Amino acid sequence: MATKLKGVDVVTVGVGLTATILAQELAATGLKVVGLERGRWRDTDPDFAMPGAHDELKYVRRHELMQDLSKETITFRNNANELALPMRDLGSFRPGEGVGGAAVHWGAVTWRFFPWDFQTKTKTLERYGPKQVAEDCTMQDWGVTYEELEPHFDRFEYLYGVSGKAGNLKGKIVEGGNRFEGPRSREFPNPPLKTPHSSALFARAAQSLSYKTFPVPSAANSRAYKNEYGQTINACVYCGYCQFFACEMGAKASPQTTVLPVLMQNKNFELRTMCNVVKVNLDSEKKRAVSVTYVDSRGREFEQPAELILLTSYVLNNCRLMLLSGIGKPYDPVANTGVVGRNYAYQTPSNVNLFFDDKVLNGFMGAGGNATGIDDFNGDNFDHTGLGFIGGGNINCGSGATRPIEVRPVPPGTPRWGSEWKKAVAKYFTRSCSIAIQGACQSYRGNYLDLDPTYRDAYGLPLLRMTFDRRENEHKMSVYITNKAAEIGKAMGASKMNVNPRTGKYTIVPYQSTHNTGGTVMGADPNTSVVNKYLQSWDVHNVFAISAGAFPQNGGYNPTGTVGALTFQALEAIKTKYLKRPGALV
Amino acid sequence: MKETSGRRRFLKSAAALGAAIPAGAAAQSKPAPNVDHDKQRAQHMRAAAAQPRPYMFLSQTEVAFLDAAVSHLIPKDELGPGAKEAGVTYFIDQQLFGGYGSMAKKYTQGPWPEGTPQQGYQSPLTPAAVYRAGIRDTNEYCKKTHGKTFDALSRAQQEEVLKGLDGGKIELEQVRSQFFFNMLLANTVEGFFADPVYGGNRDKAGWKLVGFPGVAAVYTPFIEKHNVPYRAQPVSIADITQKIAQVDEHGHAIHVMLDDDQAGV
Repeated sequence: MATKLKGVDVVTVGVGLTATILAQELAATGLKVVGLERGRWRDTDPDFAMPGAHDELKYVRRHELMQDLSKETITFRNNANELALPMRDLGSFRPGEGVGGAAVHWGAVTWRFFPWDFQTKTKTLERYGPKQVAEDCTMQDWGVTYEELEPHFDRFEYLYGVSGKAGNLKGKIVEGGNRFEGPRSREFPNPPLKTPHSSALFARAAQSLSYKTFPVPSAANSRAYKNEYGQTINACVYCGYCQFFACEMGAKASPQTTVLPVLMQNKNFELRTMCNVVKVNLDSEKKRAVSVTYVDSRGREFEQPAELILLTSYVLNNCRLMLLSGIGKPYDPVANTGVVGRNYAYQTPSNVNLFFDDKVLNGFMGAGGNATGIDDFNGDNFDHTGLGFIGGGNINCGSGATRPIEVRPVPPGTPRWGSEWKKAVAKYFTRSCSIAIQGACQSYRGNYLDLDPTYRDAYGLPLLRMTFDRRENEHKMSVYITNKAAEIGKAMGASKMNVNPRTGKYTIVPYQSTHNTGGTVMGADPNTSVVNKYLQSWDVHNVFAISAGAFPQNGGYNPTGTVGALTFQALEAIKTKYLKRPGALV
Repeated sequence: MKETSGRRRFLKSAAALGAAIPAGAAAQSKPAPNVDHDKQRAQHMRAAAAQPRPYMFLSQTEVAFLDAAVSHLIPKDELGPGAKEAGVTYFIDQQLFGGYGSMAKKYTQGPWPEGTPQQGYQSPLTPAAVYRAGIRDTNEYCKKTHGKTFDALSRAQQEEVLKGLDGGKIELEQVRSQFFFNMLLANTVEGFFADPVYGGNRDKAGWKLVGFPGVAAVYTPFIEKHNVPYRAQPVSIADITQKIAQVDEHGHAIHVMLDDDQAGV
C-alpha cells in the first residue's frame, strides 16, 4: 500500500540533463519541485575524482555510470515475427543511471539539427516527390521549426559552454564554421577545441576534395567559462577519458557542472534519489495526471501528488512509463493506429579505420567532439536524386577515444589473437584513427516500442519491447557516405583502411551510439504524435515528455543539442502559457 | 637475450618511477638513476612476484587451463610479455569472483531461448558458470581426443584446440564453444590492458606494448604537437594512490618521459 505524500507543484521523473534545467527554472519561479531519481547521488567530488576516474575497465566495460540491467532492461527483436528476448548486457547503447543521467558519461558533441530536419517530410516530398521515400517510411515533420527553436539552442549552448565556430551568423556565411548549419543569432560561447593530428590530416584531405571543414561543436569547454547560473565549467585538458567517463575536471559540461550546484541550494527543490517511478496515476476521466507512484531503496511505495508531471527520463523509460500509465493510445503497427511507441529510430553509424606507417596520431589524447567534420553529405545538403535514399550523416575525424581495451583497431586481415594480432596492436595503437559517420535513420511502420508480454522488471512490471531493424534506405545511405569517408581517408595518406559501412541486420551487441529516438514523438497532428510542439501530452495536459523520444525520426547528428533546445522550448511554454492557464496548449 | 633486455627495461622503468621527483618538476624531465634504490626496488618486486596469488574462484585445474590458453591468445614474444606473464589468469579469477562473474548488473531472469545472434547474450549461465563449464568440457574433449587435459598438450595441439573453439568446430556439451571462446578472448584482452589494480597488466606490460600512458596527464601542451610520439612511463591508479607517481593539482599524472631506449619503439 502506497503512502500518500503531501502534494507538490512539479515532479520530474529522472534527474538528468532535461530535468535539472526544468527544475532550476521552475523552482526559481517559486514552485515546489521534487526530482525523483532511480539511481544515486553523484557529484564531481568524490564520485568523479582522480585517479579512479581514469579506469577503462570500470567505466567502459563494467558500465559503472550506466543503467543497472538487473533491475530493468528492454527486450529486443529485429521484426514482429521474432520472439523478443531481454537485452541482458549493455551493448549497442548505454543509458545512464543516477543523478545527471547519461549527461554524465556523454560524449559532449553538441549539434543543432538542420532546419531541414524539422521538416523532413515536407522538404523531401517537395524536392524529390513520393518515389524517393520507402512505402513503409513514417517520417514526418516535427510541428516546430528551426527558427522557433533557435533561441532555445542558443540558450542551451550558452548554459553548457559549447566550444565551436559559427558558420552561419544571422544568414551570413562565416569562413571556418559550418556553412550548412541553420542561422545562429550569435557566435558560440567558447572557441573551438585545439586541433589534434588526426583532425588536421582530415581537414587538409577533405579540403583537397573541395569539402568545407569545420570544428565539431563540443561541450568539452575549450576554456574556463561561467554560465548564466554563475557556474564555472573548467577548461578541457584533453585527457582522453571523456565519453563513457565522468569528467574529473568538470570541463565536460554536465548537470553537475552547469546547474546542480545552484539547483541544490534552492529551497523549493527537493531531490529524492534511489526512487524509481513505476506509474503516473490519472484521474477517473484519464484527462489529468494526479500523482506518481514510486518505490524507494527500502522497498517502500509512495504516492506523490503533483500538479505538473515532467517525464524527463531516457527515451526508452519515458515511452515505457506512458505505456504503463495509459497515457496516450499505444501504437498498433498492424492497424497503423495509436501513437505511443511509434516511430522508434536508431542512428546508422559507420566508420573507416585508418592505419599509418609514417605518422603518429596519439589518439589517446583528446576529448569528445575534439574533431573536425564535414556536412557535405548530411541532411539534404547534397542532391539525393537517383541515390535511392534520403538523409545523410556528419563525417568527422577526431581524437581522444583510443583506449587499449576497447579501441585498438587492427588492419584488415589481421587474426583475432596470437602473435600477429599482438604485433598489429603494438604497431598501430598510436598510428591509427577513425573517420566516424553519424548516419541518420528514418522511421518505419514496423519499428516501434511496446510492452513485452513475457519479461518483467524487478518491480514485476512488463519490460519495454523494441522491434527494430534498419532498412534499405539506411544501408544505401551508409554505403554511399562511408565510401565518401574512405576517399578522404585515402587522401589523408593512410597505408591501410577498414571501411565499415553499416549494412545487414541491426544487432544489439556491439556499441553503436546512445542515440535512440522516437516512441513519444512530437508533431502537429495528435493522430501521428504523442506530444504537441511544446512536448505536452495530447491526452493528459499536465504531463510533458521531454527527451529525444520526441524526435519523429533520427538525424545525422548526435541528439543532445536538440534535446537541450526542446527542453527550453517546453520550459518557455510552461512558464509563459501553461502556468497562467493550465490546459491543452494546442 | 630478449628476456634480459626486457628485464633491463623493467629495472630502468622501476627506477624512473621510484626516484624522487621534486615537486613541480616538468613532465619532460628525466630523473637521474639511483642505483641503490634501483636494486632494492627490484628485489622487492621479485619477492612480491614470487608470492602465490590467492585465487578466489578458479581451481588449480582451471588455473592451469587458463595459463595455457591465454598464453596463446596473447603470447610472450620478442615484443615482450604475453597474457600469462601479465597475470591475466589472476585477473579473470578476480573478475569471475566479483560482480562481473555473477552478472550483478545484468538481466538474469528467464526464460532463456537461444535467440538470434542479433539478440546477444542469452545464456542462463553467468560468466563464472560459463568458464566452469567451458574449461571442464574442453578438458573432456582434449582427454577424449589426445588422452590429456588441455594444459598438458603440446603448444601445437593447444593452438589447434583453441582454433576449434574459436571457429565452432569443436562442440562442447554445456556451453557453445564460440560463446565460451569469445568470452575468454574478451576477458584476456581486458586483463592485459586494464589498470593493474585489477591484477592483470602486471608491470603495465600491456600499456608498454602499445605506448598507452595509463592515467592521463594534462595533454593541453601536447595535443597540437603533431606527429610527435608521446613516450611516457605509464602510470597506474595504484602508482598515484601509493604516491609512487607525482600528480598535479587536479590529480592528473605528471608523466616521466622515456628516452628512445626505454620506450622500446
